[in-house]
Amino acid sequence: MSQLLEVSGVTVSFDGFRAINNLTFSIGPAELRAIIGPNGAGKSTFMDIVTGKTKPDSGTVTFGEKSASLLKLSEAKIARAGVGRKFQRPTVFEDQTVTENLTLALKAARSPWRVLGWRVKGPDLDRITALAQQVGLADHLPRKAGELSHGQKQWLEIAMLLAQEPRLLLVDEPAAGMTLAEREKTTELLVDIAKTRAVVVVEHDMEFVRRLNCRVTVLHEGSVLAEGSLDHVTKNQDVIDVYLGRG
Amino acid sequence: MRILLACLLALLCAAPLRAETAAEILTANAALVEKASRQTIAPVIDALGASGDPTAAAVLEAWANKGLGIRKSDGLFFLITANEGGYALTDLAGAPAGEAAKSDITELKPNAGVRGMIATALVQFTLSDPDAAKRAAALDSIAKDPKPEALAPLRAAITNEPDATLKAQKQRLERLLTLRFDPESTARIAAINSFGADLGLDLRGALNPLLATKKLAAAEPPTANIAQELKPGRDLSEAEAYDLLVSANLAPARLTIEAARTALIANLAGGAVGGIPLADLNTQAARDRAYTALEAAGTVPQAATDDEAAAALKAHHFYDIYIEPDPGVTTAAAAALKSIGHKVAAMQAADLALDGLSLASIYFLAAIGLAITFGVMGVINMAHGEFITMGAYTGYVVQLYVPNYTASILIALPLAFAVTFAAGVAMERLVIRHLYKRPLETLLATFGISIALQQILKNVFGTQARPLTSPAWLDGALTLNDVVSISYIRIAIFVLALLFLTFFLWLMKRTRLGLEVRAVTQNPTMAASMGINPDRINMLTFGLGSGIAGIAGVAIGLFAKVTSELGTDYIVQSFMTVVVGGVGNIWGALAGATMIGGLQKLIEVFNPSNTLAAQTYMILFIILFIQFRPRGIIALKGRAAGD
Amino acid sequence: MTRSFFLRTPSLLIFLICLALFTFATTLAAHYGLMSTSFVKTLGKTLCLCLAALAMDLIWGYAGILSLGHMAFFALGGYMIGMWLMYARTEEIVITSLANSGLPATPEEIQQGIASQIFGVVGASDLPTIWAFAHSLPLQLFLVIALPGLLALIFGWLAFRSRVTGVYLSILTQAMTLALALYLFQNDSGLRGNNGLSGLQNIPGLDATSQDSISLWFFWASAAALALAYLALTWITSGKFGSVIRAIRDDEARVRFLGYSVEGYKLFVFTLTAIITAIAGALYYPQAGIINPAELAPIASIYLAVWVAIGGRGRLYGAVIGAAVVSLLSSWFTGGRAPSIPLGFMTINWVDWWQVLLGAAFVCVTLFAPKGIGGLFDRFAGFHAPDRKGAPLGPDQGSLQEKEALE
Repeated sequence: MSQLLEVSGVTVSFDGFRAINNLTFSIGPAELRAIIGPNGAGKSTFMDIVTGKTKPDSGTVTFGEKSASLLKLSEAKIARAGVGRKFQRPTVFEDQTVTENLTLALKAARSPWRVLGWRVKGPDLDRITALAQQVGLADHLPRKAGELSHGQKQWLEIAMLLAQEPRLLLVDEPAAGMTLAEREKTTELLVDIAKTRAVVVVEHDMEFVRRLNCRVTVLHEGSVLAEGSLDHVTKNQDVIDVYLGRG
Repeated sequence: MRILLACLLALLCAAPLRAETAAEILTANAALVEKASRQTIAPVIDALGASGDPTAAAVLEAWANKGLGIRKSDGLFFLITANEGGYALTDLAGAPAGEAAKSDITELKPNAGVRGMIATALVQFTLSDPDAAKRAAALDSIAKDPKPEALAPLRAAITNEPDATLKAQKQRLERLLTLRFDPESTARIAAINSFGADLGLDLRGALNPLLATKKLAAAEPPTANIAQELKPGRDLSEAEAYDLLVSANLAPARLTIEAARTALIANLAGGAVGGIPLADLNTQAARDRAYTALEAAGTVPQAATDDEAAAALKAHHFYDIYIEPDPGVTTAAAAALKSIGHKVAAMQAADLALDGLSLASIYFLAAIGLAITFGVMGVINMAHGEFITMGAYTGYVVQLYVPNYTASILIALPLAFAVTFAAGVAMERLVIRHLYKRPLETLLATFGISIALQQILKNVFGTQARPLTSPAWLDGALTLNDVVSISYIRIAIFVLALLFLTFFLWLMKRTRLGLEVRAVTQNPTMAASMGINPDRINMLTFGLGSGIAGIAGVAIGLFAKVTSELGTDYIVQSFMTVVVGGVGNIWGALAGATMIGGLQKLIEVFNPSNTLAAQTYMILFIILFIQFRPRGIIALKGRAAGD
Repeated sequence: MTRSFFLRTPSLLIFLICLALFTFATTLAAHYGLMSTSFVKTLGKTLCLCLAALAMDLIWGYAGILSLGHMAFFALGGYMIGMWLMYARTEEIVITSLANSGLPATPEEIQQGIASQIFGVVGASDLPTIWAFAHSLPLQLFLVIALPGLLALIFGWLAFRSRVTGVYLSILTQAMTLALALYLFQNDSGLRGNNGLSGLQNIPGLDATSQDSISLWFFWASAAALALAYLALTWITSGKFGSVIRAIRDDEARVRFLGYSVEGYKLFVFTLTAIITAIAGALYYPQAGIINPAELAPIASIYLAVWVAIGGRGRLYGAVIGAAVVSLLSSWFTGGRAPSIPLGFMTINWVDWWQVLLGAAFVCVTLFAPKGIGGLFDRFAGFHAPDRKGAPLGPDQGSLQEKEALE
């Protein structure tokens, strides 16, 4: 099976500090993967590199069947190529309604000229309603996103991600600030999504990771420390040292 | 009595050597002297000058000042002084010789031309005058208006000059005169070469006229000192070249549009000229046709056509001719000027660097307060310019009460700091603290304060410029040579800028306040939890930034006009300085100021008369610069940049 | 333009009706001599300023880019139309004076005459290259749009490409207008240095028409331009485009990760608003009669921001109200018609103190009423919003504060 995203030999340093050190990582087109690691392991920087926010000093990042390099592309182009990202803190447009937020994310032309003439049509509305239903926001469509609760905002952002129809989803701590029921729902949703596309989940919460029941990659000091099932990695001596010993 | 004796002694000594005394010369030429004119009197004046008679100087001076008269009864010359009803007489040797009625004396009234000749003759006496000041004045007057006649007396006056400085001056002036006026070309060339690459303006002033040229058109190469041959179309325009031909009567004048017009109007007959109807004469081509028709009819003179003009240009050569006929001298002068030019260019570069440095320190002073408020606190203070103005007005007000300029400036500096510190703190407490993290709103609110403050200052102090006078010891300039000089005020501002840099570094790195400021800048929440009161720190920081603006205002007011718009002139440059240099770093402000100041001076070199253009290009440069270093010269890198 | 478009944006209909009524009333008043020609011109000019404020609101209120250089485009538009006005007008004069000179004038003579008439004041007698199109109204009208548009495009491309944002961008735009002003102040800039262009109120070919009629025509043109621009901008901002630029204002990075080219949108809005502002300027200066580089001073652009802030940013009618109220008040106060207030120890003479009042009012609006005058309408409409203690709605510097986002 060819890989959807391949990151190899990537190194980034900030003022001499190596945030990512010769990192190699890959994920298939329909796979769920969890990334864990202590603070400062380079999880966020890894996402920044894939989404184009940070340019690495060396290494390659390729995406898709044609293995196109992502390094030369802007954030917007990477997003259009099919990489979606969910931030740790819910970032929705609070001044705009739920409908507007979803409309923004809906897969459609992105250029200013095309957007200028774009008007919402029947199928778009159906899709928005369907998405809202999927995350339980169907009753809140005309409300401003700023009025939603924290959890609802998380859901809205996930719905926006789905509306983008990405091939690769990068999700940063989706369960933060959610109730137990919501977490379960999130787990189901992520597992469900991963049937058709690649999903990378960055998470601290081991329980949540266990429930995802997928391959786990452990990052430490900017490179991969261990990879495999959760049980496999938790038995790894290096991982135990990092988490319990040297912290 | 002693003078008389001395005179007698001199007479006795001189008499055997010199043929005549002044009195004898005058008496011998009495008729010439009485009706003196430029054309005829020269031999007499020369004789007096060359007589060696020590009284000659006094006699000449008296003559020029209408103090010389002839007694009608016996034709003797006397120095005369008018008194009631007549003249007091003094004989030419200086002894009183009684009085005479007005009618007995013919007062000599030399005209301006004669007086000029007398003055030249007097130069040699003044150059040897016992009074050093008079000698110096004489040298000055010769240097200001160099004349060939001054050369001989000057040379004569060198050997006996007791004062070393004056002697050196005389020697220099002698060489300057020699290179221009000496009849011997070898002497002139030697004089030119003796200077080497001297930077004196007087030398360049003497050399440049030697290289003056005029343009000449001729069929054959002329026998003159040719500077270069000029090619029409390359060294001079073809129109210019043709004008030269016309003025040398080597070619007929070309028909100007205006002349053709006049000719056509003059030959207007029956609503047509040369067979072309008047109404059709609204293009140049039609007018040319009409004129050609008139030429064919013989009613107007033939005008040179373009072909003829081109042929005439081809048939002649054009030259730049040195007015100075001696090629040896011009070659030497050109070589000397060239080597001087190189040295001047180097010195000008040094002068430019000094200018740039001084402008940079002004920008640095104006921007340092801003660098603190904008850089450290992230607050855009549009009223910063008004704080600078307030500082300058504080200086003005202090000078109203303290007349001693040195004392008043020393009082004004801390007072300006206090005034603007208070204003800054008030502004921070009342407005800015409500708008932290909203930089665009801060920008607009402080702009509101800015226009209000500016208008209040205008209402209080009026629109005309107020004087802020610097102490006398800051007047003048430090002059290294005729090219490099820098005014003391600029040096003072440079020193002030250095002081502030040191002060700021000390404050930030060595004091508790600096530590707290840095802590609040980096992480206000963390700092607050460590027991630092961010409110207090912000207030003090803002006050400090504003206070420094006030001091900068006093400094800027010393050389700029103090009006309510003083600060506005510096505000955009100050922002540029901070932005270009990089935010959050005093070295950034320094780098930005150096770059902007230096660059502006550098651009001014290419177009010295146009500082507006220099500023325009500089801003364009900055806009481009930001492309490549969006965070300024000295940027915070990595995660700290907070992107 | 469906029915629902007007229904979804009720303020548009109200605005258009108000503008139509205002135009009608002014026309009547002018017709029956109740209003002086100069006052009609003042109102016409005010409408142009409202148009510029509208553009400013789009770029600042909606897209969150505080441009302090838009008046440069305004003045450029004025210069472009002014070049034709001055050229054509001078051409008429030169032709008349050359008619009595014996021979019919050649094109070269006319050209020379125009050049020395226009540029005698700066000691030049040749027509600079930039006047090459000045003889043609269509070309010069095209330049009204093309030149500011091109300048905005180049400047915006440079600025947005390097991701200059927030106050940096504001200062950069301010530098741009200052550079342009300094350039125009030079005598050899080809636009008459600090003399500027004058006599623009005389429309070529309309010698027989009185200024009364001309002022009304320009008033109508300004009103029509304002109405059209309002319509267009409402249409733009009410759709997905408006949604995108507001999203950019509130969280630029997030919009990027949604796949939108933030730079492209900013550039689009920057250029569009520059063109609108330029059109406003092209309508303004024939009514003002004179334009010179002082009009490009950075402070003019800041005033534009002041009007929008006082009117209420992020809503189109707010910008119009702000510009109208402040500029009319300003001309009333500085015109010497406002009564002075004696205070015993001194007299408040409004010509001198108006600026102080404006500055203070502006600070107060920023501090206490960030919604501006437009916020008053919300009170009447009974809008209310959840209280989030005034936290900003997005992490970006241009984002709205809770208090402001009530529309």
